[in-house]
Amino acid sequence: MNLAQDAALQPVAHAALSAQQPQQQGLQQLPVVELKDVHKSFGSNQVLKGVSFAIPKGQVVAIIGKSGSGKSTALRCIDRLEIIDSGTINVCGHAVHDPAIDLRQLRQDVGIVFQSYNLFPHLTVEQNVTLAPKAVKNMPAAKAREIAARTLQQVGLADKAQAYPEQLSGGQQQRVAIARSLAMEPQVMLFDEVTSALDPQLTGEVLRVIEALAQGGMTMVLVTHEMEFAARVADTIIYMHEGKVWETGPGDMLKNPQTAELRDFLSHGL
Amino acid sequence: MQYEFDFASVLANWPQFLEGAWMTILLSFPATVIGFVGGTLLAIGRRSDQRWLVRACGAYVEVLRNTPLLVQVFLVFFGLASLGFKVSAFAAALLTLVINVAAYTCEIMRAGMDSIHKGQIEAAECLGLTRRQVYWHVVLRPAMEKVYPALTSQFVLLMLASSITSQISVEELTAVAARVQSETFRPFEAYILVAVAYLALSLLMRLGLWVFGQIVFTRQRKLGSAK
Amino acid sequence: MIDGGLNSYHLQYLLFGALWTIGLSLIAFVGGGLAGGVIALCRVSPIKAVRWATIAWIQIIQGTPLLVVLFLCYFGLSIAGLELPAIVAASIAMIVYVSAYLGEIWRGCIESVPRTQWEAAECLALSRTQRMRLVVLPQAVRIATPPTVGFMVQIVKNTSLASIVGFIELVRAGQLINNSIFQPFTVYLLIAIVYFAMCYPLSVWSRKLEQRQQFGNRGPATVPVTTA
Repeated sequence: MNLAQDAALQPVAHAALSAQQPQQQGLQQLPVVELKDVHKSFGSNQVLKGVSFAIPKGQVVAIIGKSGSGKSTALRCIDRLEIIDSGTINVCGHAVHDPAIDLRQLRQDVGIVFQSYNLFPHLTVEQNVTLAPKAVKNMPAAKAREIAARTLQQVGLADKAQAYPEQLSGGQQQRVAIARSLAMEPQVMLFDEVTSALDPQLTGEVLRVIEALAQGGMTMVLVTHEMEFAARVADTIIYMHEGKVWETGPGDMLKNPQTAELRDFLSHGL
Repeated sequence: MQYEFDFASVLANWPQFLEGAWMTILLSFPATVIGFVGGTLLAIGRRSDQRWLVRACGAYVEVLRNTPLLVQVFLVFFGLASLGFKVSAFAAALLTLVINVAAYTCEIMRAGMDSIHKGQIEAAECLGLTRRQVYWHVVLRPAMEKVYPALTSQFVLLMLASSITSQISVEELTAVAARVQSETFRPFEAYILVAVAYLALSLLMRLGLWVFGQIVFTRQRKLGSAK
Repeated sequence: MIDGGLNSYHLQYLLFGALWTIGLSLIAFVGGGLAGGVIALCRVSPIKAVRWATIAWIQIIQGTPLLVVLFLCYFGLSIAGLELPAIVAASIAMIVYVSAYLGEIWRGCIESVPRTQWEAAECLALSRTQRMRLVVLPQAVRIATPPTVGFMVQIVKNTSLASIVGFIELVRAGQLINNSIFQPFTVYLLIAIVYFAMCYPLSVWSRKLEQRQQFGNRGPATVPVTTA
């Protein structure tokens, strides 16, 4: 596991042992997502104080931390929903920190799912999923519908294609949101606390979809509060604290926290 | 277009315009105050337990809001006169403006009062406040603060609508413009001047109402916003 | 209740006036609606100069009485050398007036589509025009329907001012009738009733639309901007 560490802090990285290291390690070293010394302030409030990490292809990274630690901001910066003050972000070969970046191309390579799903209420589920492929990739309607059917099947909602978002439960809407992003065939998927707004009984169905995606080899970054899920599914966990990467390591890092802050965080269950 | 603008001859009549503006203010200010009180009473009536009162206030509001002000003014001035109630043009104008703005104020205040959370009223009652005290402190005052921007807009609209009273010979701004243009044969300039005057009056009115709001609603002043 | 002076010819004449009221209202709504759409889009344009010019225009129109706007159009036409009937001046004045108010109402509705919808569309790689056309405008139109219907009531009422420049709509028809039978109370009461019959259904419809929306998506409650 290759992760760039925050040089200003004592780097705390657990031994990256994994029997499942892929053979073509050399090729896979080129990270799909790479942040280097990223700083971001909102007014006088500095939210990111030098964040660095890199994610190779096919890996799943979970970012955890208290509210205000900067985890959602870091995720949003990857898709240029927030513009960083300094540092560099490289995603799928795009220089996200560059003001001249082609956003349309970036957004085709990056898929993001939001906490509040943000489905388009005036469109059916199928129309929600086919909108972008048709409008951005100029895909013919029939092909777009095929892709929609496939991705809806993937999230287990093939039978809801003609329903409207308001007719679905929160968990179903979130799964449609995942399908909508998948339909653009991105290279990396970002998940911003996608289960935080859901009732506990609906969380499971969404987590199952995410787990299946992970097993299918999708490169993913998840900001989440679901510790057990993160420990099980993520290849690497990043714990953020006060705008910095505080601790990183594989899933069992949560059983052996090295820093006091992470111990504190885990014991309070937030 | 062979037209030469001549503002000078129109501007020479500035004392008359000033008098007209004063008349507009003389109409709008009392109408605003009385109309606001009347509208609030109507809103209270519309939310009462007595069904007949709710219906009566509702009917009043619907009739006033679905008929043009011009027709209302004519009804009050010409119509009442023909029935034997002779009033001066100014009185008719003021009366019509008052009953008109009361109807719109009623709806605005009602929306404000309806938006007060029931829990607030319950809490106040559980603290031992009388019904009247609860109504004033927990319902009316917060409602007024909440809808103050909407009320401000409504009162500025009232001032602009007072131009209609020129049609029953009240000597306010628009009537002065009509008179000046018939003397100077410069209608375009006269009405542009009057438009500017109304714009100035609206700005002044908004400013004045804002200042008033800052004084009266201390929380707004301190926290910087109405919630 | 109708006295001897008012006969069926008068009533026919009033109906004739009412039809012209509806006609002018439609002209104002369609013309003002088209212009209002342009104004709404200019108001949210990314180009600063366009935005500020639009704001200035809206402030001027909303800060001037409709009667004054009407006179300016009426006298302005004759200055331009055009000898056109009063309906043209009235139509232009109404269109100018309606476009400013509808433009502002629609702008508010565009801006009340949640930011998150813009974001979601942006993250699906849609261009700005596509975002507007496919995601934001369809939702804005839904939100805009109740206040637009409500504003139609204002349009119908404000056509009454066209009587002042001689256009024969309902009020002018009534004035002419009154000039021959001298029964202002009856005549104006009748006119008020006809206006009420035209406006009240629109008001009720607008309220129904608003209530239906409150249960649907999270549209904001629109504060009614009203004139006399």
